[in-house]
Amino acid sequence: MSERVRIALTVNGTPREGEVEPRAHLCDFLRHSLHLTGTHMGCEHGVCGACTVLLDGESVRSCLTLAVQARGRAVTTIEGVALPDGTLHPIQEALSAHHGLQCGYCTPGVVMTLIELQRDLDGGPADEASVRRALAGNLCRCTGYQGMVDAALSVLNAAPRAAAQ
Amino acid sequence: MKAAPFAYHAPATKAEALDMLAGLDDARVLAGGQSLLPMMNLRLAGPTHLIDLNGVPELAGISRAGDALVIGTMTRQRAAERAALVHEACPLLAEAMEHVGFQQTRNRGTVGGSIAHMDPTAEIPVAASALDAMLTVESAAGARQFPIGELAEGYLMTQIAPDEMLTRVALRLWPKGHGHAFEEVTRRGESFCVVCVAALATLDASGAFSRLAIAIGGLAEAPVRLSGIEADLVGARADQDAFRAAGAAAGALAADEAPFAPPAYKRHLAGVLTERALARAAGRARRAAA
Amino acid sequence: MNAAQQKETWFGQAVRRLEDDALLRGKGRFVDDIHLPGMLHAAFLRSPYAHARLGAIDTAAAQALPGVVRVLTYQDLRPLLTCDRIPLAMPSGAIRFDVDPFVLARDEVCHVGEPIALVIAESRHVAEDALGLIGVTFDPLPAIVDPREGLKDGAPQARLDCPDNLVAQMSAAYGDVDGAFAGAAHVIAEDFHIHKGGGHSIEPRGLVARFDAGEDLLTVWDSTQMPHQAKRVLVRTLGLAEHQVRVVAPDVGGGFGPKFVFHPEELAVAAAAVLTGAPVKWIEDRFENFMSTVQERDQYWSVEAACDAEGRLMGIRGTLVHDHGAYTPYGVALPYNSATNLIGPYVLPSYRLDIALSLTNLIPSTPTRGAGRPQGTFVMERLLDRLAERLGLDRAEIRRRNLIQPAQMPYDSGLKTRDGGSMIYDSGDYPQCMARALAHAGWDGFEARRAKARAEGRVIGIGLSNYVEGSGRGPFESASVRIGPSGKVVVTTGAAAQGQGTVTMLAQVVADGLGVRPDAVSVIAGDTAASPLGLGAFASRQAVTAGNAAHQAAGEVRAKVLKVASQWLEADPEDLELSAGRVHVKGVPGRGRSLGEVASALAGLPGFALPPGTPPGLSAAVDYQPKGMTYCNGTHVCEVEVDPATCIVSVTRYVVVHDCGRLINPMMVDGQIIGGVVHGLGTALYELMAYGDDGQPLTCTYADYLLATADTSPRIEVHHMESPSPLNPLGVKGAGESGTIAALAVIASAVEDALKPFGVAVRDLPATPSRLFALMHPDLATPEARL
Ligand code: FES
Ligand code: FES
Repeated sequence: MSERVRIALTVNGTPREGEVEPRAHLCDFLRHSLHLTGTHMGCEHGVCGACTVLLDGESVRSCLTLAVQARGRAVTTIEGVALPDGTLHPIQEALSAHHGLQCGYCTPGVVMTLIELQRDLDGGPADEASVRRALAGNLCRCTGYQGMVDAALSVLNAAPRAAAQ
Repeated sequence: MKAAPFAYHAPATKAEALDMLAGLDDARVLAGGQSLLPMMNLRLAGPTHLIDLNGVPELAGISRAGDALVIGTMTRQRAAERAALVHEACPLLAEAMEHVGFQQTRNRGTVGGSIAHMDPTAEIPVAASALDAMLTVESAAGARQFPIGELAEGYLMTQIAPDEMLTRVALRLWPKGHGHAFEEVTRRGESFCVVCVAALATLDASGAFSRLAIAIGGLAEAPVRLSGIEADLVGARADQDAFRAAGAAAGALAADEAPFAPPAYKRHLAGVLTERALARAAGRARRAAA
Repeated sequence: MNAAQQKETWFGQAVRRLEDDALLRGKGRFVDDIHLPGMLHAAFLRSPYAHARLGAIDTAAAQALPGVVRVLTYQDLRPLLTCDRIPLAMPSGAIRFDVDPFVLARDEVCHVGEPIALVIAESRHVAEDALGLIGVTFDPLPAIVDPREGLKDGAPQARLDCPDNLVAQMSAAYGDVDGAFAGAAHVIAEDFHIHKGGGHSIEPRGLVARFDAGEDLLTVWDSTQMPHQAKRVLVRTLGLAEHQVRVVAPDVGGGFGPKFVFHPEELAVAAAAVLTGAPVKWIEDRFENFMSTVQERDQYWSVEAACDAEGRLMGIRGTLVHDHGAYTPYGVALPYNSATNLIGPYVLPSYRLDIALSLTNLIPSTPTRGAGRPQGTFVMERLLDRLAERLGLDRAEIRRRNLIQPAQMPYDSGLKTRDGGSMIYDSGDYPQCMARALAHAGWDGFEARRAKARAEGRVIGIGLSNYVEGSGRGPFESASVRIGPSGKVVVTTGAAAQGQGTVTMLAQVVADGLGVRPDAVSVIAGDTAASPLGLGAFASRQAVTAGNAAHQAAGEVRAKVLKVASQWLEADPEDLELSAGRVHVKGVPGRGRSLGEVASALAGLPGFALPPGTPPGLSAAVDYQPKGMTYCNGTHVCEVEVDPATCIVSVTRYVVVHDCGRLINPMMVDGQIIGGVVHGLGTALYELMAYGDDGQPLTCTYADYLLATADTSPRIEVHHMESPSPLNPLGVKGAGESGTIAALAVIASAVEDALKPFGVAVRDLPATPSRLFALMHPDLATPEARL
């Protein structure tokens, strides 16, 4: 067993610490050391997207990022997406309204991808093809994607005030 | 699917990283990790030492040096994809970049990592090959440079020695008004390239090719440059016949056996995509001239 | 829930799902989210050979690795078990050999990935480290990879314990098929090879098992579609009593068939928990999933169709060779479903399909979404396309001439279902369904679109497929409805949920019965401790079986509420109503009692009498037994564009008209259909589990084995018809698999239509670009047997 390393980072705005083997990826660390089990693992080789989190605001595969690499950085997971008072983020809300989730296993990764897309578009309009492209790295076996595409379009093309809520 | 144990090293400078490479046995550098970490998770790779370059700021960055675009090895693919300088001076790279992996892997994957990994179907080496990339490889003993065409030594094998690492990629820039195109056939939608083609062209006042470059990925272990037909077509009118001739030359190349991509299909795609890429590049050059 | 949902009845409303909130916040509880004190982690050593005799296993070095608790082989686990093999095969007279799996390989490994040993360690990482230290000697044997090869004379045995590879043989037949062919105006013959992939829930399999010696209770949290079946197997194999085993299916990240099947790892991990006394977790990783989770794979059909001069079907006959894999964890139902589903919505006067199930050295083959039916539909629809071509008829016209008419309902197909009953379609208007689909899709205007596309240098095609799906399989499902003094409504059911919205569906049904909102109903599904009897999720059955059970149970509770309240309120039961959690006099909400008060009265107080004439408790339990299968149906039409130079296919338009009887929640039914279509699209175009000639799997990552993605999936338009099923009080039919059933056929039809000018006939799926290239350029293509 290789020696363990202490790491300190910020997760969902809160400073966290932990001790990990260097080989532990960020997903294992979040799930099993910090018990933030909302981030899921579907392949551990970077294709399914279930493990997607934001690292300093950018979407990454937490299965292809070592926990030690998150040292000193800010990680956002699905648990940190809703407002502190519990209000769902508009993307979460829309996913439910448009039936964009079934088993919910892929959902956390989908939410993180769409949050990044929303930020990248910065209020600019979104068309269906670009939303589908953005979601190409998130496999879902349940929904056929349509509900999540509709959810994304409804939020991204909503009046700016509604989107900011 | 958990990686085997390894010792982790996080140098803060290039010099430190090179010293570690010189001193440690069975060490590998970790760039973006989007190819190496899956292989380690699958235990297809299991270095004793992992030297993480992500904390070495001097290894990243995009700048212009004369007629070259110099890209630090640790420059994120997504950063290159979005850089104004790349769009303006080297639009081929920007276009190729959109085809690389997924957004979530481009956020982390690096330009140098992709080139050093030398996956036969990777897009960045193909664009770099069309752009006559000059690679800088360094070790504690010093630096050396060689063109990208000399990099590969076999399937996923390169001439970068165990104590060396790729530090810089210099792409030869084309003059304003050149045309570019990147064409790709994937196994599915945006992902998993079968064959891809990068093309660059400039036209003279008569509408003939004054210069062109075509590189093809997916056929063999490394990108193939169509040097013969590039030379033949200089001075030829940039028309359907020329595009077809380039396509025919591409279609005559040898292709390796690969799962889901039998050689006949890949050769055929090389021809089709070369024709399309060159036509699109020439069209852009023509429009730029107009 | 929005204002539009404040309706009198919840049935039929697109109620937002009760499941969503927790899942959206990352607060779901999947099996890998369970963390118990002292929990150990398991990893399996798996066979690197498709077929080999197993020699000595040396576990000493692995056992010595720090952090390793136990290394277990078959010999270590056998003393805990009541039998050598795990008794799984469903009864069938057709099965010739006992090829139930072992908990771990005993003397022979029969597919790559078969578990041989189990390491229990302090972490998964260490457990995997230890796998590399286990020494095994193998004596490799020839492997059967192609089921047709295995049936040839002199073929090597896929298993040394079976004298040959024909594990089962049967036929589906009725009518005078040879007579029909003798008198036919047209006869065509075709060979088809259909590859259907794995289930590929994004959550792999996994379980946590804990044996509590104090309580004498084995608790297993299992990512399964069938908690009750898992319990039965564990009770039987571990020799425990029913009360000593509890199986809970927590949140399950998709099922799609494979989680219907009990796998050897489930027993091995449970046994390890008993042996070590510590909780043990095993989470399948994706690489293991490709090598050890059951899949559906290959069928080879050789069939002939006969019709009269007008194109009316007279008979179909032929053979089906089905790849059974190395073990029988299920039975023969998969190819039988294919055979029976072939008939579809058509009048087929005579039929005979001879089916051979061939043992191979591959992972066992069991149902994935659609369960063999997509293949049957594919064959019938391809044959109809061919006959249309032969007769010069429009593809819609030949179908029109053969569809079962509404007046013929209920329609006895002539075949038997797997439980021995007759296969009788209960309701539906097939001609109207197809007509609507054609209208929505603009079938008649397609040639104009094609001409326009051609003028622009584009190649497009259109396809059409009808289908029927037998759903709501019995023998029963359980549901109970209980109201306690708190006034909370609790439903428990033997049904199990993997994302279908079972909780919301049952809450809607019960809410209507009791005059409460769906979000006031708690549903406990998939816990054997909560429901002693139950089956689970398969065969698109839960809306029919659990839905009707809950409906009936809620009705019984309602009756009891009315009875008690009518005494209290001195009103006739007919003058009372239930709403907003209260029972009150109609129109006078103030004159009434809450459901909690009624429940309190029925809970009893020591020494006080219950309301006269009422047994205690406010609850009812129903085991609903469906009278027969209920058959949903539909029509799919899709358009594709094919780049003939690269052979890339994109699906550009997709229309579904679907009839699954009355809709409980149209939004969720749409979700089932759309998800099913995209699953089928993957099967039709991308998914291919490839094996080398030595039985080595070649596609064990999602970079090699491709699922459909958002960017490759079209928008799918779903339209409904609602022909109520006469067989159950709610009038519902199943919907979970139907999207997949027609997708293979309709995409094949459209691709072929597009590429007909290039001489392409689609007989094999998936229709990958390299296969289409080979069809378009037979001169250039190299033969690729398996890719
Ligand atoms: S688990 Fe990380 S991409 Fe699949
Ligand atoms: S909702 Fe189940 S995988 Fe996406």
